[in-house]
Amino acid sequence: MPKSLPKTDVVIVGMGAAGGVASLPLTNAGLKVVGIEAGGWLSPRDFAPDELRNGVRNWPQSAQKAANEAPTVRASSDQRAVQGGHPMMNAVGGTSMHYWAQSWRLNPWDFKVVSATRNRYGANRIPAGSTVEDWPFGYEEIEPYYEKVEFAVGISGQAGNVKGKINDRGNVFEGERQSEYPMRPLRSSPFTDQMNKAARSLDWNPFQGPAAITSELYDGRPPCQYHGFCNKGGCHVQAKSSTAVTTIPKAIDTGNLDVVTYARVTNIVTDNNGKVTGVDYLRGSEEYFQPADVVLMASYAYENVRLLQLSKSRAFPNGLSNNSGQVGKHYLSHHQGSPVIALFPHDLHNWYGLPAQGVAIDDWADDNFDHAALSFIGGANLWVHTDRKPISAAKMSTFGRGRNWGTEWKKFIMENADRTNTAYIQKTTLPYDGNYLDLDPSIKDTMGFPVTRITARYRENEKRIAEFSQTKMEEWYREAGAIDIIKTGLGDAMGASTHAYGGTRMGNNSETNVVDRWGFSHEAPNLGILGASVMGTSGSRNPTLTVQALSWRTAEHLAENWRSIVG
Amino acid sequence: MTKNKKSQKVDNLSTQEPSNTSRRNLLKSVGIMGAAVGSGAAAGAIAQEGSISNVMSNPLSKEALEVLTASEAETLESICNCLIPSDEHGPGALEARAVHYIDKSLASHNKDARELYMVSLQAIDSYARKTRGKPFYQLINDYQNSILLAVQNNKVPGCSPSGSGFFNMVRSHTIDGTFCDPYYGGNQNFVGWDMLKYPGVRLSASEIDVAQGAALPPNHQSAYDHDTYTKMAAASTSKQGRGVDNA
Repeated sequence: MPKSLPKTDVVIVGMGAAGGVASLPLTNAGLKVVGIEAGGWLSPRDFAPDELRNGVRNWPQSAQKAANEAPTVRASSDQRAVQGGHPMMNAVGGTSMHYWAQSWRLNPWDFKVVSATRNRYGANRIPAGSTVEDWPFGYEEIEPYYEKVEFAVGISGQAGNVKGKINDRGNVFEGERQSEYPMRPLRSSPFTDQMNKAARSLDWNPFQGPAAITSELYDGRPPCQYHGFCNKGGCHVQAKSSTAVTTIPKAIDTGNLDVVTYARVTNIVTDNNGKVTGVDYLRGSEEYFQPADVVLMASYAYENVRLLQLSKSRAFPNGLSNNSGQVGKHYLSHHQGSPVIALFPHDLHNWYGLPAQGVAIDDWADDNFDHAALSFIGGANLWVHTDRKPISAAKMSTFGRGRNWGTEWKKFIMENADRTNTAYIQKTTLPYDGNYLDLDPSIKDTMGFPVTRITARYRENEKRIAEFSQTKMEEWYREAGAIDIIKTGLGDAMGASTHAYGGTRMGNNSETNVVDRWGFSHEAPNLGILGASVMGTSGSRNPTLTVQALSWRTAEHLAENWRSIVG
Repeated sequence: MTKNKKSQKVDNLSTQEPSNTSRRNLLKSVGIMGAAVGSGAAAGAIAQEGSISNVMSNPLSKEALEVLTASEAETLESICNCLIPSDEHGPGALEARAVHYIDKSLASHNKDARELYMVSLQAIDSYARKTRGKPFYQLINDYQNSILLAVQNNKVPGCSPSGSGFFNMVRSHTIDGTFCDPYYGGNQNFVGWDMLKYPGVRLSASEIDVAQGAALPPNHQSAYDHDTYTKMAAASTSKQGRGVDNA
C-alpha cells in the first residue's frame, strides 16, 4: 500500500511550462498546492556553454523519466511502431529551461479555422478527413491571459497591433493587443538586419519575434548576454524566463506551494462516483498517495494522454475521462520539418546568436493571404535566426560540392562555416481521422508500463504548405544575396515532437472533446488538464505562450469557482 | 589542467581570463608536436616513430587508451587524418587529437558504439592487408583515401552496421572530437575552433564583439575555465533550492 500523505487542495502533475504558470494564480488565491515533478532543481551552474554537452550528449535530457518512456512512432496503423527519442526534459521548469523561448500568441484565425474557412472560401475547403473544430472561444477571450503571462514570466518583443493601432515594426497580422510587450525585443544582428532589409525590398512585413528572454533588467533578472547556448541549454544568468526562475519561486514565496522533486506519478485515483481523489506516485522505491480536492495534469502531451490511458478504474474502465473514447484523438505534431538552407558569399557573424534572436515573416501564415486560387488552407511563419556552434557548423551541408571529407571539404568548411543559415518554418498542421495516440502493445518503460504509441502522418494540406512556404523562403534568401539553396523534402510520419498537440482536446462538445472550455474534464469534474494536449489547432508558431495563457486561465477559473468544481 | 584555486568565486557574469600560463605553454608544445607528426603523406607511420621521443617530453602522451586497443587506435587515427587531414590548409584531426576524444567517449556517451568500432576497424584493416598487403595505418595517404571511399560506398565487407553507416558515424565523431570543447580531450590547443575562425565560448557577447565576426580575437577558453561550471564551485547555493520535498 502506498503511504498516504496529508490532503492538499490541488495537486499539479508536472512543474514545467504549464504547471509552473498555473501554480501562481492558485497559490495567490490561498489554495494549498503540491507540485509533483519527475526532475529536480537545476541552477545556472548546470548550463555551461558547451555544445557537446547540450547538442551531442543531450545532457539536460539524459537519464530522465521522459527518456525511459519515449513514444513509439508509425505513420499508419498497418505499420509496426518504432521507438525513437523523447524531445522534452524533466526538471523544475521542465522544457522551459532549455527551449528556444520563442513566445508567440496565436493569431485570431487559429481559433476559428472551420468557420473562417467556410465563410471565406466555402465548406469544401476544409481538408478531407480532418477532425478540426473551432475553439470554444476566440482570440479575444484568451487575450487578457496572454497579457498576464507575458508580464508574469517576462516576454520581450515588438507589438504590431496595440488597441487597433498598427506598428509595422511589429507583426501587423497579430490580433489586437491591449498593451505593449513588457520589454523591447532582443537586439538585432548584422545578419537579421540584412534579412530584414531584404524582406522590406520584397514588400513583405519583417519583424523581430517575441521571446521569453529578458532584453533588459526585468524583475530582478539581468538581460540576455547573447552568448548563444539557449538551444537545449538553460541560461547561465537566468535571462531565459523559465517558470523555474519566474512563477514557481513566486508561488513558493506565498507559502502555499510544495514542490516534490524526482517523483513519478503512476496513477490518478478515482472514486466510484467518477471524481478524482488524488495521485499515486513513486519516489525512489517508496510509493505515496497524495490526496487532493482537484488534480491538474500538466505533463507533456504524450504523458498527459498516457497517464489518463493508464489510470483505469471502475468509473473509467477505458482510462480516465475516456468513456467517450476521445483520449488520444485529434493528435498532431507541428509540422516544422522540410527546412530551407542557404549559402551566402560572406560571413554572417552568427557565432554568438541564439534561436530566439531573429526575423519573422507572417505574410504567408494562417489566412494572412488569399487562398482562393490555392489548394490548401493555412500557411507558415518564416523564421531566420542567428545560432551557430562549431560542431554543427562543421556538419553543414556541402551544397552538392563533392565529398564530405578530405582536403577539399576541409577547405570548404574553413571558408563557409559562418556563411550558412537554416530557416525555421512552422506550418499550420491539422488533426485527422487516423492520427492518434494509444498505448503501445509491446514496448514498456522501465517500470513495466506501456509507452505511448504515435500513429500519425502528414496529409496533402501539410505537404502543399511545405512546398509553398519553401518557395517563399527561397525568394527571401535570394533577395538577401544567397548564392545557393537547399530544400529538403517532407517525410511521411509525424514523429515525436517538441510541439505535440491534442489527445485531450478542449471543446464544448463532450462527444468529440475531453475537456470543456475551461480545461476541466467533461467526465471527471475535478480533473483539469493543462498543456498543448488541449489545443485543437497548432497555428504556425510555437505553442508555449498559448499553453501558459490557457494554464493561467484554467487556474484562475478554478480559484474563482472552487466550491462548484470541488462539489 | 590545474585550476587557479584562488579564483574559485561563483560569478555567473564573470568574464575573467584564465591566468594559468603554464597550461597554455603546455598546450602550445603539444600543438607543435602535433604539427610535426601530422605532415607528410604517411602521417600514421611517422606518428609511430614520433611518439617514442614525445612520450618522454610530453606528459599528455602518457594518457592511456581507455577503450580502444593500440592497433585499433592506429587504424582510427589514420581514418581521422583522411577525414580532416593535416595539410597545406593547416592542422586537422590529428592535432586536435580526435582519436583521444573518441577513445574517451567510447567509455561514456558513445559507449553503445564500442562494438561497431571494434568490428569495423578490424574489417578495414583486414581489407587493407588483403588488397594492399599492409596494415591500413602504414599505407600511403592515397591508398587510405581510396579504401575509406570504398567503406563509404559499402564496398568493404564486414563493416557494422554497414560501410556507409560506420563511415557516417566515424565522420560525425571525428568532427565532434575536432571541434568540441577541449575538456573532452579533443580540439587540442583549440586547433578546431581556429580552423573555423570561431572566436571561442564567451559568457557574454556584445554588439561590438558580434560585429567583428572572424576578426574578433579568439579567446581560447574552455567552458570549464570558468569555475562556476566545475565541481570546485559546489559550495554555491541557488535561490531555487528552497521549497523542496514534502514527501
